[in-house]
Amino acid sequence: MKNLSPKTITVGLVVLALLLIFPMVVTQIFPLQIMILVFMYAMLGVAWNIMGGYAGMFSFGQAAFFGIGAYTSSFLLMTFHVNPWIGLIAGGVVAALVAAAIGYPCSNLRGHYFAIASIAFAEIVRVHFNNWTLMNAAEGISLPMLDESFVNFMFHTSKVPYYYIMLAFLILALIVCYFVATSKMGYYFRAIKESHDVAEVLGVNVVRYRLVAIMISAFLSAMAGTFYAQYVLYIDPESVMLLAISVQIVLLSMLGGAGSVMGPVIGAAVLIPIAEVTRVWLGHRGTGVDMLIYGFLITIISVYQPQGVWGLLSRIGNRIK
Amino acid sequence: MNKAICLDVKGMTKWFGGLAANQDIDFFIEEGEIVSIIGPNGAGKSTLFNCITGFYKPSSGKVSFFGRDIYRMRADKICKLGIARTFQVVQVISDMTVLENVVTGALLRFSTIGPATDKAIEILAFTGLIDKKSFLGTELTIADKKRLEVSMALATQPRLLMLDESMAGLTPVELRQIIDLIKKIRSQGMTLVIVEHVMEAVMEISDRVIVLNTGKKIMEGAPKEVCSSPEVIQAYLGDKYRVVC
Repeated sequence: MKNLSPKTITVGLVVLALLLIFPMVVTQIFPLQIMILVFMYAMLGVAWNIMGGYAGMFSFGQAAFFGIGAYTSSFLLMTFHVNPWIGLIAGGVVAALVAAAIGYPCSNLRGHYFAIASIAFAEIVRVHFNNWTLMNAAEGISLPMLDESFVNFMFHTSKVPYYYIMLAFLILALIVCYFVATSKMGYYFRAIKESHDVAEVLGVNVVRYRLVAIMISAFLSAMAGTFYAQYVLYIDPESVMLLAISVQIVLLSMLGGAGSVMGPVIGAAVLIPIAEVTRVWLGHRGTGVDMLIYGFLITIISVYQPQGVWGLLSRIGNRIK
Repeated sequence: MNKAICLDVKGMTKWFGGLAANQDIDFFIEEGEIVSIIGPNGAGKSTLFNCITGFYKPSSGKVSFFGRDIYRMRADKICKLGIARTFQVVQVISDMTVLENVVTGALLRFSTIGPATDKAIEILAFTGLIDKKSFLGTELTIADKKRLEVSMALATQPRLLMLDESMAGLTPVELRQIIDLIKKIRSQGMTLVIVEHVMEAVMEISDRVIVLNTGKKIMEGAPKEVCSSPEVIQAYLGDKYRVVC
């Protein structure tokens, strides 16, 4: 991994500045809503990318970690009045522990088999929550209303604070991913992605490094889950643990470019607005139109540009240089 | 002067169901030696490699490396102790550059990228791949891939290097280059165990040759001795070698 060039840093800072002033310029709720969802899915994509794009574990079960994060903080808030920020950390820790517990027996699964196991795992978690009375089962959890403040992680009059919090979360996830990608861990993840044999022959403890990748990914996904719960103030298994969420996360990461730090962000920026806009324009008649467009884009990408949009951009960038 | 025993294998046996791929194999390697393992296809050469380096769990036997028991130890731990190997089917990380591939190997002994990169560059200069350091793993010819695999193995800074058919499928020129490379590695004091079919190379570089057939060791000795043995000629080499040796 090359170090960041001054040019990249400049572009990054400009984009960041634009994102920071965005809520001051655009005050309608809908664009803000879309941006928040873009950040959230981008973060989920970045989290997926650490285990899927770098370490080669194609998880179709990220919704489980997302949901566990949402449920942990919401349950703690509802039952024990635990501050959501503490719930955020607790959710991350619980998700990481669950990830380790399920990841360990899956240590030898690769490729499609890992993907199948991850779907099974996430569906088991979803069905379990659907029937778990302590967690209000299928009824879901309505979060108790707290006073509007940053400390309470709750804002009733404006979406802007959520916008900045989610942007900060995304940046945190990107920093984590960048450090993973450019460190020993990142090299080892990529060796594991190539094959377990090649990793082991270079002295990589495959089981341990795979667990580390899954746990980081689960922790970040769970953070996004807590954010979602605090943002919508209501969660049920069908809104935070659906297979469709997991699929969306994989699709946008692949579209943007798996195995590059910024790939999932690009993917989210392309796909999430399409999903939201078609939903609003076409209403219930348009259910699935976003999926049609996804399908089309994914086909195009996998045929012509397997490295995703990011791969395309960096190739164009190299040509200009 | 007695040299230290690098690798000591006793009674190595590996069953695949009812088939004994390795049966009661004994041998030892002294430090600084080059020992070749030869034998017909299916003789159990690669199985023996895999059992020693932890990629297979042997059924019974004993293996020690500089006196340390490594029998049934995990592959990455064996690598850490100082045994590096290559595979019969060449294994490199295809979406990494040549340099990154070698850095990944070097990271076994370094915790940060900087010093690992310095080491990797040093190794690439040694193995003659430095000009191709920015190529992707997939972009290399088979000869360069094999050279890269050797570079990656060297990057883990082993005391024993085990090469599984590093010369198969190469042109005569490429073969010459890899033989020279192996000699160069040896001159740095490395101990090598080589599985090879290319007899010219085996004859040229080996101090000793071990011959396997149907999972058993049928002979061991100096190259000349081995290739004039009627048993070896019958099992593996074929009659033309009667003339060559």
